[in-house]
This record gives sequence, C-alpha cells and structure tokens, in this order.
Amino acid sequence: MAEKEQLIIESGDASQPFAYAVGMHGSKFFTETRDNKRFMGLKCPKCGKVYIPPRGVCGQCFVEMNDWVEVGPKGVIGTFTILRFAFIDPETGHQKPVPYGYGFIKLDGADTLLQHYIALEDESKVKVGARVEPVFAKDRKGSTRDVEYFRVID
Amino acid sequence: MAKRVAIVGTGQTFHKSHRPDVNGQELINEAVQRALVDANLKMKDISAILIGNMDHFEGINYVDCWSVDGSGGVMKPVIKLTTGGTTGASLAIGGYHMVASGMFEKVLIIGWEKNSESDTTGAITTAFDPIWDRQVFAGAISGLAAEAQGYMARFGACDRDAARVSVRDRKHATNNPHAQLRKEVTLEEVLASPMLADPIHLLDVCPRTDGACAVIMANEDVAGKICSVPDWIWATAARHSYTYLGDGDWGRLTSMEKCSKEIWKKTGIKEPRKEIDVIEMYQPYSFAGLIWIEDMGIVGHGEAPQYIWDGNTDMGGELPVNPSGGVIACNPIGATGLIRCAEAAMQVMGKADARQVPDVNFAVSTGFGGCMWTDMLLHGKKKPN
Repeated sequence: MAEKEQLIIESGDASQPFAYAVGMHGSKFFTETRDNKRFMGLKCPKCGKVYIPPRGVCGQCFVEMNDWVEVGPKGVIGTFTILRFAFIDPETGHQKPVPYGYGFIKLDGADTLLQHYIALEDESKVKVGARVEPVFAKDRKGSTRDVEYFRVID
Repeated sequence: MAKRVAIVGTGQTFHKSHRPDVNGQELINEAVQRALVDANLKMKDISAILIGNMDHFEGINYVDCWSVDGSGGVMKPVIKLTTGGTTGASLAIGGYHMVASGMFEKVLIIGWEKNSESDTTGAITTAFDPIWDRQVFAGAISGLAAEAQGYMARFGACDRDAARVSVRDRKHATNNPHAQLRKEVTLEEVLASPMLADPIHLLDVCPRTDGACAVIMANEDVAGKICSVPDWIWATAARHSYTYLGDGDWGRLTSMEKCSKEIWKKTGIKEPRKEIDVIEMYQPYSFAGLIWIEDMGIVGHGEAPQYIWDGNTDMGGELPVNPSGGVIACNPIGATGLIRCAEAAMQVMGKADARQVPDVNFAVSTGFGGCMWTDMLLHGKKKPN
C-alpha cells in the first residue's frame, strides 16, 4: 500500500432544484415590470425612505410599509465594478461570460440600489454618478431578467 | 454570576491552499491539540465547546456532531455557530458570552474551513438572496470591488494606495510560519497582477485556504492559574445588517463605525490611534486596509492613504496592523476571524515570536463578512475593572 496516497472522493454532477417564493411585495414588483415596464418601490411611513427591492418592513424603523411609489425607470450608477475573471455561475452551472458590468443603480426616487448588468458599450463612461436607463427584454416572464441590462445615456 | 474572561491558550494549523492529507475532523484536531498544549490543559478540563465554519462551503452540515472525535466534544456540551465571514469572530464573542455568564468555566472555541473542497465563489454566491442578488453578484470580490469604487469616487484614493496595503500585509506574513502565502511583493507587482474586478487586482485579495484555529477562554477564577499573562477580553461588539446587497452604503463600513464607537465608549478609550498598540483586522482585500481604519476612527475619512504611506501601520510604526500578514496572506474562512482573535491574544500574551509588537497593552481584533458585517473585540494585558 502506498503510504502517501491521498484520496479525494468527488460528489459528481449532483444537483438539487429549489422553488423560491418571491412573496407578495416582490410579486407586485415583477408583475408591474413585466406588464407595464415600470419599477415600483415601497415607502416607509415613518422615515420616508423608498425601498427597492420592495419589502414589507422598514428594518430601521421596524414599521410595516404599504405606500407604493413608482421609481425610475432611469437612474444613476451608485457604485459598480467590471467583472473580468471567469467563474462558474452556481445558478446555471456554466461559466459566466466575462467581462460584464455589475451596477448598483440608484433609480430616480429610490433610496436603495437595484443591482443589474451595465452594458460595456464604452467602459470609460461607466462610472459612479453616470446616468443610466433600462433596456427591457421583449419576452418578459416576471423576474430580474425582464430587464436585460442598464445602459449609460450621458 | 457574571465573570471577567481571558484567553489562556491558542492553536493553529500550518495553513495551506490544500490539505488532502487530512479530513475536516483531523484538521480540527491539529488546532485543538496545539491550543491544549499552549494552555497546558487536558480535554477533561474543558467545560464546553463552540465550533463553526461556513458549513455550506463543504456541503456537510452538523460539524458540531461529526467532528466530536477530533474536536474533543464527545459527551460534552457542543454548540455550532455560523455567521458567514464573521463566523470566527462571532465564535470568539459567543465563547466570551458563555464564559462571562458564569455557567462555563473553560470554553474551547474552534473555527475551521477546507476551502479546497468546493468552489468558494460559487458557494459565497449561494449565501445571497436567490431572487434579487444572484443574477449579477459574483462572490466576495464583486461586492468588495463595489465598495472600493464607492470609496474612491467619494474620497479620491487610488489603486496604488491600496497596493501599499497589500505590500505591507504580504511582507508581515513572512514573519508568520502559519500563513499560507509568505512571499513579499512590490507595488508594481500588485498593480501589474491580473485585474479580477475593477479596481481589484489578483494580489489585492485573499487566497482560499484549508486551516483551523482553536482558542481557549477561561473565567477570572482560573485564568491567572492557567497562565501567567492571560489575554483579557475588555469588550466585544457586533453589527450585522443586510437584506439585499443594494441596501448598503457602498464606500463606508457602517458596521465597523458602530462597533468601534461602542467599544471605545464601553472602555473609555478616547484616542484609539494612541491607545491601541496593534490591530489584527479581518481585511480580505487591500482597499479595506484604507476604508476600514477610517471607519474604526483611527484616522478621519479620506486620511488613510497618507497614514499608510507614512508607514504608521507597518511593523515598528505607530500602530502596526496585521503583524500576522492578515487575511490577504491566509483565509480559511470559518477560521479567519478566530485567527485574528488568536493573533491579537498572542500579541498581548507576548507569544507572537517574530511577529511580536513590543509592549502591547491593548489589541483589537475584528471579523468581517456576511454582507458588510463587523464583529470586534478589544483585548488587554490588564484585568478589566
């Protein structure tokens, strides 16, 4: 027996599917984006902060939110990066196409940031504070993928 | 009855990128044995065990159960705790709470990870919201890059400033036999290394590591009998906040600001820059070495680059940061925060060998993770009042 043999057992291509509930607030957001190409946020009745993605409670004030407000669809880049290293996307099991722009977008009228792709048509224009607009998918099914990406319009 | 708490022993593995010679339980045992030797204690002396890692990284849950032969937990109270990247620091704070409660005299705290057993970027991504976060998120580096971009836009720092931090930590690591990466680099090498996610280069970030760390805490009734110079825990603080990644204040670490303010207030520290002797910071990439010492209150906003360039955080400087080489040199994620705590304890106890900072009265250790979370501990040579 080889004393220095160090064995590795691989799990193989095992997969386990999940079924995630979006919830009532997220569902309203996605149906509005799908059907009317508009973004809806929820406003805190106490501090006035407008949340995207919408959720039922303002964590800071710990009060329920019911006041829907339309935000965007345009906005500015709050912060961003450009991903250049190749990695396996655990959502698909395939290598993510790089490079791609990863934006945290402050939609007009919102106080938190929406994450999405930013098109890299001209990398020098992708910077904090740049004005952006969404490009909606033609075939919209009710998910974050109903927006294909945001593009710089300055 | 509440008790004061001290660290009386620490142990670490010699951390490597891949340890195919040991399984998780065997890796854990190496750190535990070293901590027991350091404290001159036997497993029968230990009242309870607190253990943790990022269990979904290895795809094996219940480390509190399957590791008992290696951890020493057979028929003892064992609790598992996991809080993302902060896990190791949260373990230290949890152990402090257990001993401080007066219900456990001596607690063995264990953090470990075998990052070689899965894909770390994929695993980190699955820690985030499946509906809103995962489509564009690309693991730790993407979030950290967004923080760095936000900081640079607001305060005018550049990637060369950050590279100076990486040069510092990688140099410090050459003094630490436990660090995974022990090779000096130059500013030019950092800036010429591949761009992973703007503005982060390969040599700006931490590696993936297999490693374990164990720390033994004891209450004030026995700490002084176990060792001549215990490391007293003066205060702890934790701030965890996150629903979606877009909720953050990108470019500032609010959790660090809140933790440090709480600790300075609890302990009466007025000028942390002058009163703290060494910091072991969970700093997974170079830009954090700028941003987070500002949020900690060591220097004002925008002042970190000059403070770093002047050598203040190097060994021999006013306030050395990461004498161990820190996270950029070594990152077994579930152990990483506890290694910071152990290294800070070693500085106070005078056991840090080639990486020892002279005359340490106060040391700070931190944990970072989850989504811009901070855990923080203040360690001191004197027994707190």
